Amino acid sequence: MEKRQFRDYTISLYHQGFLDDQFTELKKLQDECSPDFVAEVVSLFFEDCEKLISNMARALDQTGNVDYKLVGSSVHQLKGSSSSVGAKRVKGLCVTLKECCDSQNYEGCVRCLQQVDIEYKSLKGKLQDLFNLEQQIVQAGGRIPQVDI
Amino acid sequence: MAEKLPKLAKANLTALVVDDNSVNQSIHHKLLDRLGIQNDIVCNGKEAVDAHSSGRNYDLILMDMDMPIMNGIQATKRLREMGISCKIAGVTTRADEEEKKEFMDAGLNDFQEKPLTISKLISILQNLELYIVKT
Repeated sequence: MEKRQFRDYTISLYHQGFLDDQFTELKKLQDECSPDFVAEVVSLFFEDCEKLISNMARALDQTGNVDYKLVGSSVHQLKGSSSSVGAKRVKGLCVTLKECCDSQNYEGCVRCLQQVDIEYKSLKGKLQDLFNLEQQIVQAGGRIPQVDI
Repeated sequence: MAEKLPKLAKANLTALVVDDNSVNQSIHHKLLDRLGIQNDIVCNGKEAVDAHSSGRNYDLILMDMDMPIMNGIQATKRLREMGISCKIAGVTTRADEEEKKEFMDAGLNDFQEKPLTISKLISILQNLELYIVKT
């Protein structure tokens, strides 16, 4: 039952665009020596999100004197790490935010940053649910099934 | 389930990961680990230069481009000026041809776009003649 749920949930995360192939690549690196590798890397990613979004929000708060260079470099970093973990929607929003930043579109930046914040928190919740399903399988003595997307 | 990977023909390869981002550090470290390549991590170009100044050397450097203090282009130029002749592969999200050329001209042996994967890393190793032999 849990395995079926896990398979279906995993597939839905890809089909709904939350994750892409790079997440699959991360899973390939997980092994007996590092069974929590994916969870550890995504945890680093979410720490990045919190820090960089906070930096950008602070920069955008300085209305009339926004440091767009700082916003630009922060979103570039966030785009990089979201790409590295396969966080497809977050990455897409970072691309849009970078465009707003490059054209110094203040309203666009503020709106987009809010969306990035919502999106990474949504992904965080969904991945936590996925890891919980994995744990249930392992605790029941089963093996986590390979899911072909 | 871990994929079965080809073994390196040359044993005891060492590498240096140069990247300011903790997510990328973690992934690149694991990718190299998986291929049996011992590796160290530093956070920017200056730390890479300092590591070599202190006498450490590596078979391969994975060099990010955008880093604080000293970026990948500056670090690569500096390492070559110091006479460091090991293989340096640039890894960056920047795909602009002009930026790629500037990075290559700094002294790289190869270039790959991030995010790195097992197959991209194997491609780097093959391009740099650090040999992969299938078991």
